[in-house]
Amino acid sequence: MQLELRNVSRKVGRQFHIADVSLTFTAGTLNILLGPTLAGKTSLMRLMAGLDRPTAGTIHVDGRDVTGLAVQRRNVAMVYQQFINYPNLSVFENIASPLRIAGESKSVIADKVGQVAALLKLEKMLGRSPQELSGGQQQRTALARALVKGAELVLLDEPLANLDYKLREELREELPRIFSATGSIFVYATTEPSEALLLGGNIATLHQGEVSQFGPTFEVFSRPQNLITARTLSDPPLNLLPVTKLNNSLRHKGQLELPVVGALPQLADDDYTIAFRPHHLYLQRPTSEAIAVKAKVAVTELTGSESYVHIDVAGIRWVLLTAGIHHFEVHEAIDIFLDPRTFYVFDRNDRLVVTPEAASKG
Amino acid sequence: MATITLQEIAHSYTGASTNPDDYALKKLNLTWRDGGAYALLGPSGCGKTTLLNIISGLLIPTDGRVLFNDQDITRLPTEQRNIAQIFQFPVIYDTMTVFDNLAFPLKNRGRSRKEIEPRVIALAKMLGLEKDLGTRAQHLTADAKQKISLGRGLIRQSVNAILFDEPLTVIDPQLKWELRSQLKYLHKQFGFTMIYVTHDQTEALTFAEQVIVMYEGEIVQVGTPEELFDRPAHTFVGYFIGSPGMNIIPCLLQGNQAVVDGHRIDLGQHYPDQPASAKTELGVRPEHLRLGPADEGGLPVRVVKVNDIGRHRIVRVALEGRELNVVVPEQSEIGGERAALYFNPDHTNIYLNDHLLTGERQ
Amino acid sequence: MIAKQTNQKAWFMVLPVFLVVAFSAVIPLMTVVNYSVQDTFGGNQFFWVGMEWFRDLIHSERFHDAFLRQLLFSGIILLIEIPLGVAIALAMPKKGWGVPVCLISMALPLLIPWNVVGTIWQIFGRVDIGLLGHSLASLGVNYNYTQDPLAAWLTIIVMDVWHWTSLVVLLAYAGLCSIPDAYYQAAKIDGASRFAVFRYIQLPKMQRVLLIAILLRFMDSFMIYTEPFVITGGGPGNSTTFMSIDLVKMAVGQFDLGPAAAMSLVYFLVILLLCWVFYTVMTNVGEESRKGGN
Repeated sequence: MQLELRNVSRKVGRQFHIADVSLTFTAGTLNILLGPTLAGKTSLMRLMAGLDRPTAGTIHVDGRDVTGLAVQRRNVAMVYQQFINYPNLSVFENIASPLRIAGESKSVIADKVGQVAALLKLEKMLGRSPQELSGGQQQRTALARALVKGAELVLLDEPLANLDYKLREELREELPRIFSATGSIFVYATTEPSEALLLGGNIATLHQGEVSQFGPTFEVFSRPQNLITARTLSDPPLNLLPVTKLNNSLRHKGQLELPVVGALPQLADDDYTIAFRPHHLYLQRPTSEAIAVKAKVAVTELTGSESYVHIDVAGIRWVLLTAGIHHFEVHEAIDIFLDPRTFYVFDRNDRLVVTPEAASKG
Repeated sequence: MATITLQEIAHSYTGASTNPDDYALKKLNLTWRDGGAYALLGPSGCGKTTLLNIISGLLIPTDGRVLFNDQDITRLPTEQRNIAQIFQFPVIYDTMTVFDNLAFPLKNRGRSRKEIEPRVIALAKMLGLEKDLGTRAQHLTADAKQKISLGRGLIRQSVNAILFDEPLTVIDPQLKWELRSQLKYLHKQFGFTMIYVTHDQTEALTFAEQVIVMYEGEIVQVGTPEELFDRPAHTFVGYFIGSPGMNIIPCLLQGNQAVVDGHRIDLGQHYPDQPASAKTELGVRPEHLRLGPADEGGLPVRVVKVNDIGRHRIVRVALEGRELNVVVPEQSEIGGERAALYFNPDHTNIYLNDHLLTGERQ
Repeated sequence: MIAKQTNQKAWFMVLPVFLVVAFSAVIPLMTVVNYSVQDTFGGNQFFWVGMEWFRDLIHSERFHDAFLRQLLFSGIILLIEIPLGVAIALAMPKKGWGVPVCLISMALPLLIPWNVVGTIWQIFGRVDIGLLGHSLASLGVNYNYTQDPLAAWLTIIVMDVWHWTSLVVLLAYAGLCSIPDAYYQAAKIDGASRFAVFRYIQLPKMQRVLLIAILLRFMDSFMIYTEPFVITGGGPGNSTTFMSIDLVKMAVGQFDLGPAAAMSLVYFLVILLLCWVFYTVMTNVGEESRKGGN
């Protein structure tokens, strides 16, 4: 099937929860909705499910308008952040419940539950009650229940948020395989950029109820069309440097001057924002073209194999990510290096005008 | 301020018992020096919250003693222990302003307005809350609320320790970075002993000078982030720390070589022979493996999957039937389905029955 | 675009409810409206009198007295039951075997029908055979609710407190139980006194359930009829003649259908107005705490 949102808005009171969103999802795809809390992820899912009605725009399934159709009459399944299972039913009965409601025969139920349980590695748990399971297994049960009825649209609202870090990693690893085995449309909401990148698929970045970009996840990551998308999809956060280009110089508030190199000379004189990722700030000069900048260390975080150095440059806070363990004193002055070939440049309307060489190749 | 000592601490929720399985926390000894930053890291149910509650006074341990400096406080109620705690969900006084929230611990202790005001204002500045001092705390965002909870701990200059119980759970990823570095900065400024409980390895490693890794009620390793990363004392630590975790594969030991499915891997150290019943495994971090073109030495592997996660790529390779993760830099080319795998002898660990085995240098 | 199928059958499903509401609410109400603008001299002869009954009512001392009496009664029982209910809820255990014991004993008075409550207290307070009345009399206290207005008021108030404080207790207790432990722990750490915990944690978190309790108790007490009717019949004199009792006296006792209809409409509008005020206040508070929650 194909799900299409055409200029969908939802206004509550005077506030837009969803503002003019158009998206098209096709069967067998994983589509991620990424954005911070209150960006509109849940609101958008409720519209797709038919739990809410858009105040403007229409929703189409295979070209058929389903805007006003009640959720009971759509083929939709939903999984939430909380592990929602029937506490007094066994895992088997939990998974079987949508089939029982649909009035399937005993043999069909046993068959389908068996298949889904195998897919989610729950075969050995079928006789237990949900309370006897770990958080990860409880969420697998909820997921199995969503998959078993063969819904054409499966909505997952931060399904891993309540799980331990390592369990999250494990399920995240398995999800793409589970998704591709079913052929439904999956919509997956998350606040974590790293999770989105690990899952792949397509991504719609959300900001204040608007979709800032929609496309294949890694492509959106390497070529964000605007600054909002770039920032939403960056973890650790993107480093930013607002500059003014005048003749042959780039200045930041008169405090910092950069040579105009790489793709920068082609730009017209105006205000720009330069953005680059933390691992593209260096402690040693990476290339002869690199630009040296004086910085003051605010704090250093060590992860065991890498160091995150938080630094202040001309009143701006940046993060530098580098391999190895580096100890710096608070307020220590150090030299850092920027590589112009890794710069994203956004114009005064926050639209992308320069893409890093490496990203534009890929 | 105080040095915290845990002597022979053990706890069972069902009272003293001869069955070791009844103990949520098995016997442990620990000393935390004054002004240190510590993290308790482990999956849910590992006993880390039990341990935190013993320190805060919510629980009285079944066995053992808790000392602040040399004073036994095992049975002292929470309010007399002079500690502060930040919880998973922000705890604020809804009806008070931000100012009153921060001033509350001082007011309760009968300090004068003249003394309170400058301290609250100075602290609010450090926390970035100075603009919100007059607002009712109820109307703030989750991260600001969590800052207030933290501020109520920091305002008392004499606290023995500040305890954190998964404080970033409800915070969006981008803001996590800000709060984490701020916390680290505040630790350096105030010098309080801080104890941080989490299941998230990144939070634990970046925050703490020393991390206590717990598993099933026991401490499996205490060490600096670097030690935990390079020399995990237990396979669980290897798996739990790092993302993805350590590759652990069964092997046979032959002097200074490990044999995996007939392939020999140099270890740089000599290990004594082990009986056939012993479980010997080889552990190597994905970051310490290297891939090269096939047929030029190294171990022959098949590339199963390449996952682009932004700043690097995770390559899953199969060595005979066993799968390993390899981390390679972004943009590095993976040519074809076959490749050669290289081990670094300095970073290849050997585990005997899950515990790290140290060999002899030659 | 394919036209959506609409199904009109659903309207038939609503029909029974529609009929029930019509017969139980709309038609009686319209009858009352009809009576309130007419006069009768019996024999089913009615005359149009317009707003006269309403004018009379607004200027009637009897109505004023009943209205003030009613307000005073509701005010007093709210002032007693709400703080008392909260205090009992605070004193109740939070876990262990005491919880079901307390909850069940609290719920007991709520299970007794109104008229039985009235009868119990009517007998309980009698000087000749009642346990309370007789004991008080033998202690030398001059207590007789059939003669002394003060004694009558006291009896009815004590009875109402006995009957309904439990409701406030149960609501407040539910509110208290929903406060996460972390709040109490944080307060301990902050060195808060018992009163500060109540003032800054328990009271704000109970705000919404307490508003519901106040609303319910206010409405109920404003419409009180059965118990005072059984105990005092509105006496001695008119001292416990609350609005509903007055209304019944007028309509059934004196058969003044017109004035009684006018009075019941005004009564209805007063309650509606107060409901609306409470509802607005409550939803505003609700919005506020929800915004804060996010």
